[in-house]
Amino acid sequence: MFPPLQDLYRIGPEIVLCVFGMLIMLIDPFVPAGRKRSMGWLGFAGTLVALASLRWAFLNRGSAYSDLLRMDTFSLFVHGIVISVAAIAILGSFDYLDNEKIQRGEYYALLLFATAGMGILAGANELVTAFVGLEMSSISTYILAGFRRTELKSNESSMKYFLLGSFATAFFLYGIALTYGATRSTRFDVISNALSSHAAGALLILGLGLIFVGLGFKVVAAPFQIYTPDVYEGAPTPVTAVLASGPKAAAFAVMLRIFYTAFGSTSHIWFWAIWVSAVLTMCIGNFAALVQSNVKRLLAYSSIAHAGYILVAFAAASEIGVAAVLFYLASYAAMTLGAFLIVAYVGGTGERRLDIADYAGLGTSQPWIAACFSLFLLSLLGLPATAGFLGKFYAFSAALDQRLVWLVVIAAINSVIGAYYYLKVIVSMYFWEPNKDWTPSPLHAPMFIALLLTAAGTIYLGILPDRVMQWALASARSLH
Amino acid sequence: MDGALVQNQSYVLTVLTFFPLFGTFALLLLKGDDHVWIRRLTLITSIIEFILSLFLLRGFDLGNGSYQFEEFHNWIPSLQIHYHMGIDGISLFLVLLTTFLTPLAVLCSWKSIQTHVKEFFAMLLVLEMGMVGVFCSLDLFLFFLFWEVMLIPMYFLIGIWGHGRKIYAALKFILYTMLGSILMLVAILWLYRVAHTFDLPAIQFMLSHGQLSLPWSTELLMFLAFMLAFAIKVPLFPLHTWLPDAHTEAPTAGSVILAGVLLKMGTYGMLRFCLPLFPEAAHRAAPVIAVLAIIGIVYAALVAMIQHDLKRLVAYTSVSHLGFVVLGIFVFNPTAMEGAIYQMLNHGVSTGVLFLVCGMLYDRRHTYEIKEFGGLAKPMPILCAFFLFACLSSLALPMLNGFVGEFMILIGVFDAHHFAWATWAATGAILSAVYLLWAYQRVALEKITVEKNAALPDASTRERVILIVASVVILFMGIFSPLFTHRMDATTNALLQQMRATASYEARARQSHSLTPRVAARQQNAHELAMRSVSLERRAQP
Repeated sequence: MFPPLQDLYRIGPEIVLCVFGMLIMLIDPFVPAGRKRSMGWLGFAGTLVALASLRWAFLNRGSAYSDLLRMDTFSLFVHGIVISVAAIAILGSFDYLDNEKIQRGEYYALLLFATAGMGILAGANELVTAFVGLEMSSISTYILAGFRRTELKSNESSMKYFLLGSFATAFFLYGIALTYGATRSTRFDVISNALSSHAAGALLILGLGLIFVGLGFKVVAAPFQIYTPDVYEGAPTPVTAVLASGPKAAAFAVMLRIFYTAFGSTSHIWFWAIWVSAVLTMCIGNFAALVQSNVKRLLAYSSIAHAGYILVAFAAASEIGVAAVLFYLASYAAMTLGAFLIVAYVGGTGERRLDIADYAGLGTSQPWIAACFSLFLLSLLGLPATAGFLGKFYAFSAALDQRLVWLVVIAAINSVIGAYYYLKVIVSMYFWEPNKDWTPSPLHAPMFIALLLTAAGTIYLGILPDRVMQWALASARSLH
Repeated sequence: MDGALVQNQSYVLTVLTFFPLFGTFALLLLKGDDHVWIRRLTLITSIIEFILSLFLLRGFDLGNGSYQFEEFHNWIPSLQIHYHMGIDGISLFLVLLTTFLTPLAVLCSWKSIQTHVKEFFAMLLVLEMGMVGVFCSLDLFLFFLFWEVMLIPMYFLIGIWGHGRKIYAALKFILYTMLGSILMLVAILWLYRVAHTFDLPAIQFMLSHGQLSLPWSTELLMFLAFMLAFAIKVPLFPLHTWLPDAHTEAPTAGSVILAGVLLKMGTYGMLRFCLPLFPEAAHRAAPVIAVLAIIGIVYAALVAMIQHDLKRLVAYTSVSHLGFVVLGIFVFNPTAMEGAIYQMLNHGVSTGVLFLVCGMLYDRRHTYEIKEFGGLAKPMPILCAFFLFACLSSLALPMLNGFVGEFMILIGVFDAHHFAWATWAATGAILSAVYLLWAYQRVALEKITVEKNAALPDASTRERVILIVASVVILFMGIFSPLFTHRMDATTNALLQQMRATASYEARARQSHSLTPRVAARQQNAHELAMRSVSLERRAQP
């Protein structure tokens, strides 16, 4: 039976992404080696069309395929984040791939498939669909992490990510099985109904715990964050940029749906798990980042710390809390994407310049790059008038609303600890003498546009956040 | 008192706050090696800014104790954040102080800054924007925004153009301040949770009309969180360790602004937030804070005495003098409070001049070591005369500005029957004479011990202009102090009045909580109704 047209609209973005991905795979063999860049532009066009198709998806919002997927404001919001991330990452990848001599079509195709997976995660209304989305995005990113195949570190990254990721997905799957056993359904609304009539049994709690393990791995929540620095460091930097923003947003989205919608009535059970995990995540991320001298690794640890701040908003388990998580995801995506792209740019061929010392004097030699990087770092630090501050502000405010005073105090102190290592990079850029032996490579238009977009997003969300906040709030409301 | 009903929107403060930013953008258009025009443009911008700020004096309503020149717009409706600016008798002069010191800071960096000139002056103007913004904002969010944003230019000023261990000093400065302010942020958010607004006048209104009362423990914790941020900034005694480093390593302009304006933000914050929002906590904590302030006065004076680095010595005088200000604030007496505000201005100007002189000496000798100087009055009589003048102003010689402030504070403390405090604080005034005059003696009098010093040039025209302008202001403020204090009267009285009103409502609310639960519940209802009416009222306006 052919599915109704509306259902197709509702998964329009995923269809577009997959079609473009497959197109790239098909055309790629016929494109001469020197002109692989065109595949990237095709991929970029794919993301733009996907963004446009969101409009029709949203006009026909509702649930698709017997409630397996839902296109609602929430899904729209997360789709917006992950597809934009993919688009900007493609722009930022061109020069990098050329420099590394790995300019290939499948890179872009994989990126599109991964994004489609994330889209499915964002819209999943059912555990098995969520699993499919998770696998789709994970497997593509496993390959992307190892894309510099002649590099040892990249291989290590891919292998670690793959092995640990498979374990995590297995846990997730086991959790689904147990939940199904306890509630006889994998659909979120049915689970929620089942929970409202029966108390949660041991089976269900175990299931939820295993689901948390699986998703905690994807959102890099402690104690499942161990892999992060190695994987992020070894992966090609533009891929790291995606890993830190896109899959995280999608995994948080599905986690919100599962914990807040399906298991909302048992929030007293999972609340403490989230609380402890949030504290651990922030502390581990920040303290480990303090001693890093490699900027890429430093940002990897900072990404752990930021997952912790998001968990603070998550622990609030309220409508505002959900909105705060979404807003944080959007602002974090903008600033971390920008920061990693600059690391990719400064890193140069073979990613040899990743040390903080390599950034010395960047303020003099490349004032605009340094200013941009400072903006992203200050935003990650949480300076007012940047996206990062508003994200934290909203998250803390949501948590305080639920009287989580201690959690907020811990988070606040953590953010000051974080200030130290972000400032360390700025110190190097502006206060140290420049390196003489480095001639910066020219900044080409695609990278320039990517940086411009992320910087504009960081400032926009920091100064005029209201529109996005309203949208996030509407998304949170649409979860019911 | 209700700032919620802003009748006439005034754009003066917005223009005043963001005008330096225009200067910054204009600077960015200039070529980096066009040093002359970069300096001129910055000077022109800062002078226009000063002239603009003088218009505030003209329009300022003397008898009005509430906020003036108010401006109110919706900004982030989903979080009830508004763009709300306004000034009163406290912030009026602090704005003027800022706009007055900035041109001086520009002038004193004329020659001494030779690297990254454009960036330096751009930072200075951004800093000015932040400072004016802090003093003008009446929304807690907006205040916090300026408060934090301002740190960044200061951080760069110290870190790039400083001396010696500048990176260490810059990091110490910014981390200390951030640590203090982050807990204030938590307190601000908590206040939002109970008051449902970030608007300061609205919260004040609710507190003083019994529409909002904070439980005692909450009030104390919030007070402490705010106080920590401000005490670090002031800095109050055990939290002062960042200050000598930051001051010593900063470039002259940085020190002038740091001592002249940034430290005042701490005491300003106490007056603006700690007292009116948490009066009972302030009253109960006052003995502790006053004692810390007095320890700071005496301790910093003693430490200043043994410094061998001139700039470090001046830095410690700041700790000592700001102790007076804090003491004046926390005796809750109108005279002492006015004295404290006045002393904030005095300290800004006279310590500013002291730092300027330090900078001029440094430009000539590239050292701050006192033993490297000696007998300077012979080669440069004019510079040393102004140095002495600033010392005398700082040690509170009658007729000069410092005297008025310290005298008012001490009288106020006596009036409030804190004789021991006044006595101890007065010793600080004596000690300040010791360390300043002794420092002057070692630098300017005695014999010339270092050969090089005999040939040092005296103050140039540019330096004379700076010193004359500042000295005239010192003298003016010493003689015509009523011109200033009259403009503060209404505000200080209103502030103290509001503290009393809030405290009495809180006392009543607490009594009622110990009554039967039903009465308490009814009061809770009334409270919610009242809050709703306030929010409606706020929504009704354009």
